[in-house]
Amino acid sequence: MTTETTKEPVLEVRNISKYFGSVIALEDVSAFVRAGEVTCLLGDNGAGKSTLIKVLSGVHKPSEGEYFFKGDEMHFDSPRDALELGIATVYQDLAMIPLMSIWRNFFLGSEPTKGAGPFKMFDVDFAKKTTSEEMAKMGIDLRDPDQPVGTLSGGERQSVAIARAVYFGAEVLILDEPTAALGVKQAGVVLRYVVQAKQRGIGVILITHNPHHAYPVGDHFVILRRGQIYGDYSKDQITLDELVQMMAGGADLEVLTHELEAATGGGESSSAGG
Amino acid sequence: MTTKAPDAEKPKTTDERVREVGVIQRLLVLPGTGAIIITVILWIFFSIVAGGNNFVSMDATAAIFNRAAPLGILAIAVCLLMIGGEFDLSIGSILGFSGMAIMIGVTPSEAGGFGWSLWLAVLFALVLALLIGAGNGLLVVTTKLPSFIVTLGTLFIFRGLAIAITRQRTNRTQLGNLDEAEGFGFFDTLFGSQIELFGASFNVAILWWIGLVILATWILSRTAWGNWIFGTGGAEDAARNVGVPTRRVKILLFMGTAFAAFLVALIQAVQFTGSDALRGTLQEFNAIIAVVVGGTLLTGGYGSAVGAFFGALAFATLQQGVIIWGVDADWFRVFVGGLLVVAVVFNNYIRQRAARR
Repeated sequence: MTTETTKEPVLEVRNISKYFGSVIALEDVSAFVRAGEVTCLLGDNGAGKSTLIKVLSGVHKPSEGEYFFKGDEMHFDSPRDALELGIATVYQDLAMIPLMSIWRNFFLGSEPTKGAGPFKMFDVDFAKKTTSEEMAKMGIDLRDPDQPVGTLSGGERQSVAIARAVYFGAEVLILDEPTAALGVKQAGVVLRYVVQAKQRGIGVILITHNPHHAYPVGDHFVILRRGQIYGDYSKDQITLDELVQMMAGGADLEVLTHELEAATGGGESSSAGG
Repeated sequence: MTTKAPDAEKPKTTDERVREVGVIQRLLVLPGTGAIIITVILWIFFSIVAGGNNFVSMDATAAIFNRAAPLGILAIAVCLLMIGGEFDLSIGSILGFSGMAIMIGVTPSEAGGFGWSLWLAVLFALVLALLIGAGNGLLVVTTKLPSFIVTLGTLFIFRGLAIAITRQRTNRTQLGNLDEAEGFGFFDTLFGSQIELFGASFNVAILWWIGLVILATWILSRTAWGNWIFGTGGAEDAARNVGVPTRRVKILLFMGTAFAAFLVALIQAVQFTGSDALRGTLQEFNAIIAVVVGGTLLTGGYGSAVGAFFGALAFATLQQGVIIWGVDADWFRVFVGGLLVVAVVFNNYIRQRAARR
């Protein structure tokens, strides 16, 4: 573990701020991920998670702050720039195209070709075969690569998207709420692939609002709140219970609990008193 | 992924979770199947009601194909564009505009034209059409307005320009005498000639149509561009996120529809040795009908060029059938509207059945 912590981060952002007009979406946020580790970004709705992913994946340029990939400072103009370096982002809803078959989805945007010049063709046989093989490597036994992605379950779609990113040589995998909207079992399936990707030496940034999903797979936890860093811990510095507390807003939750108790308790006493 | 108790009885040829599906059900999954069935039903219907008027003959068949070819050429390009998730309502106007561009090019300067050879006039019209297509595409991808609105605007602009410019320069809205232009023979052979087959004459345009169907099918099923077109129409943001140049795809597809409009304008100008500023009116809707009858989804991401081929053929069969049947031509639009509604319902029905398997 000590050797791990001295390892250079593969991706790091320092003091990132992002403003949309007068709105401060992110302020002074720093985070990093090392190869073969999982950094979890946690936060409630509106905490700035989505903005941060968009900065990390090259969709937004940060208003202030620095972005490092393998120690070099980066300025991305488009998600494609980030993708070419091996920073792959799997979006919650936008990962797959439902009407297209699995193999067409798998290679969309990076189609293998054979032949040359105007007769360059999409190597369909290779695409089908590779899709099945790569899914098998992730422990997924594909029924039929010709099946439209729309017929897969949510967890399966996420898994195909992760397998695709891994196949195309992702060094950093950014997962946007991969377990949201999934059942318990399906979420478990996806988390297993997160661990698989980590074991293959990929740095994973996992965005979630569920500490129960984050804690078992994470090495590092960054908690965002109102666009700012609220907590930054490695796994040995925090327990699951503390993480849950922080996520729920800690002190806020206690206040809320008291308020709720007071409201229900108060209602009873006033009716009794009246 | 899904763990299911294995069926011991079933022969484990491939995978126990994949059921063997019959040939018919496999065919039903293809988007164009509905259009093929509709074409056959229409043909059988007219051979019964109009059989006495020689509907079942080589001449009538040639007439159907000659009618279908120009519409089919437009439909192929519109089909690719609609799979890519956009509409082009301006192709009828581009058709009229390109036709007039060719005619003004070859018309002698004393009559208000440029007095060019047909070669130069065709090149001029081609460049104009491609620019208009690129303009449509750029406008759609930069403003992010619905292409329905943008091309509705260009529909009026280019129809208006075709009429206004032609009248201003030549004092007319119809120009003829294309056969007197230099180089007409070559273009006549390539675009206007007839092929005698089984005692009937088929327009050479049919070959252009079939060639484009083959090209479009190849692009869709066997090239990276095909994958990008499906992806762009299926979910544009997702496609862009994985690196598909969706803007370039759309602009090129709009240039494709403009090119098809130019090609039909050229074919018809050569066939009729002239053009009319109103040529191509309503063709944008006929092309969309052919494409939708062919099983392409209005919402994009799904469809086939073979479907569009049979969509155009069904349309022409209906058109020619009504004529040969001898019903008043006033009724034709009623039948077309009916065909569209029935075809969409039918396509939806077989698609759902096919998806359930």
